Amino acid sequence: MSDTYYTEDHEWIRVEGDTGTIGITTYAQGQLGDIVFVELPDVGKSLDAGDEAAVIDSVKAAAEVYAPVAGEVVEANDAVVEKPGLVNEDAMGDGWFFKIKIADATELENLMDEDAYKTFVEGLG
Amino acid sequence: MLNRQGRATQPEGAAATPTITTYTGHRGLAHEEPLSFEQGEKGRTGVDLPEPPKVADRLGGLARQGEIGLPGLSEPQVVRHFVRLSRQNYAIDLGVYPLGSCTMKHNPRLNEKMARLAGIGDIHPMQPASTVQGAFELMDTLAHWLKRLTNMPAVALSPAAGAHGELCGLMTIRAALEARGDKRKRVLVPESAHGTNPATAAFCGYSVDPIPATKDGRVDLDAFKKKLGPDVAAVMLTNPNTCGLFEREVIDVADAIHGAGGFFYCDGANFNAIVGRVRPGDLGIDAMHINLHKTFSTPHGGGGPGSGPVALSAALAPYAPLPYVVHDGQGFRLVESQEGDAHPFGRLKGFHGQMGMFVRALAYMMSHGGDGLKQAAEDAVLAANYIMKSLDHVMTPAFDGPCMHEALFDDEFLKGTGVTTLDFAKAMIDEGYHPMTMYFPLVVHGALLIEPTETESKGALDQFIGALAHLAERAKAGDTQRFAGAPYLAPRRRLDETAAARQPVLRWKPDSAA
Repeated sequence: MSDTYYTEDHEWIRVEGDTGTIGITTYAQGQLGDIVFVELPDVGKSLDAGDEAAVIDSVKAAAEVYAPVAGEVVEANDAVVEKPGLVNEDAMGDGWFFKIKIADATELENLMDEDAYKTFVEGLG
Repeated sequence: MLNRQGRATQPEGAAATPTITTYTGHRGLAHEEPLSFEQGEKGRTGVDLPEPPKVADRLGGLARQGEIGLPGLSEPQVVRHFVRLSRQNYAIDLGVYPLGSCTMKHNPRLNEKMARLAGIGDIHPMQPASTVQGAFELMDTLAHWLKRLTNMPAVALSPAAGAHGELCGLMTIRAALEARGDKRKRVLVPESAHGTNPATAAFCGYSVDPIPATKDGRVDLDAFKKKLGPDVAAVMLTNPNTCGLFEREVIDVADAIHGAGGFFYCDGANFNAIVGRVRPGDLGIDAMHINLHKTFSTPHGGGGPGSGPVALSAALAPYAPLPYVVHDGQGFRLVESQEGDAHPFGRLKGFHGQMGMFVRALAYMMSHGGDGLKQAAEDAVLAANYIMKSLDHVMTPAFDGPCMHEALFDDEFLKGTGVTTLDFAKAMIDEGYHPMTMYFPLVVHGALLIEPTETESKGALDQFIGALAHLAERAKAGDTQRFAGAPYLAPRRRLDETAAARQPVLRWKPDSAA
């Protein structure tokens, strides 16, 4: 049983038990264009919701990835550091950024579900 | 075939140009230029030096063992190499350079003449002070002009460029805060600020807290006030901002940050729009860098070093970095260590700053006078508004006008055409223009940021506007071919930016080592 939630900053978090896997959405990677650099948080780092967690450089822009909810980083996806293009190829899958141990599951209630995010993106025009 | 001015470009009846592949790889008189390393031959040289006398070296095990690996080239080869490369360059001396946020303005040749005067060009920073009194007076006079134009009491001249000036400003603020035992943690940076601002704050050890922009492209004052607190060291506002708009609530920002015990840093990169019209000191600004290489016409963008003096308020002046010039009974003197009531935070740079840029900037100021500087600012704003207004029916301005020194468009006018901002910019190269700044500022979708400066004549602006309107109409007419492969006519076609970033080749290696 897993659930995916979305932020207005275009991060997604997929929840399995008390672990959340975090990445950026397909829409976000499309807006950024070809991603050429990813910097991930160190394992063990504690993040509050909204903290800057990772950094992305694309041919168009630099952007930050924020933690959707608070927690401790338990794993970082070194594959996207080696091959940033993975984020463009499979933003919602192999292009994930890092995993956290969720501190407070009720924070997930502040996020959007898939339908709400879809409506949100359509509203951006 | 006639060009737009009605001049014949080829003899009547001439056949269409066949596709020709040349033996040399050159295209007409445009040469395909290899690297100097690829042209070098062992033993070839431009100078004939005598054999060095036999001396015992004292390098021990550090003496070089192998070949140094420099290419052997004759003088004419070196001259041709760099002249050919210079012909492939694009510069403000060649044409319109509308790169937004950069103020690519003409560098008057009088500046160059002054910088080359023997008494200025040939001096050295380690000469005795008594032999360079004129240079110190020049620095003092430049600082005086900057103080007058900003209405701020002190100027630190040494920062080497804009971002270095920001660093100087924030280090001064940090020193002032620490001197009162008030270590603060956060710096507020609006989304409409220059991109270097958050980097500077982070480099100075502060956490960066972004302030959102309002729908009209300015700082959200309410959001800003909500973020204020006793741990906020400073706010860094760019005014006019990177959307080319004047931050109207700048005085409220100043009052609010001062009320919270913090300092007000202003990024003065866009000072060219307001020189002579607005004095930053009157707005409550505590520190502002001034890009001499933008506002005061000294060359930049691969053409020369920057220079970013920082104007400081009375509260920050005692913490300004070393060195600085003072005038006392014995003449001008360079202060290089703490003295009197000053608490300099340290030193930012070897020697005293970019002297060559000081000369050029002062030449520009003195040749224009106060009224001329003001008119340059007004003309720069007028030119940007002329572009914005002339194109608002074919392109989409990001915000309601009028604008300041730069016209900002979003990519709404390209929607549904299949043409992106990048394609549009590349097609401008075929029309003979350096593209505008694109995809920046980030708050605007597919941004196209155009800063014409006061340099361009109305005729040049009209031709530029005509080219952009033509391209916008081609895009809307579905001529995607024109854009997808652009540039077609440049020495190089569309470069692979992704590969360049992912697998950069940063160093030439000889074949044997490859």
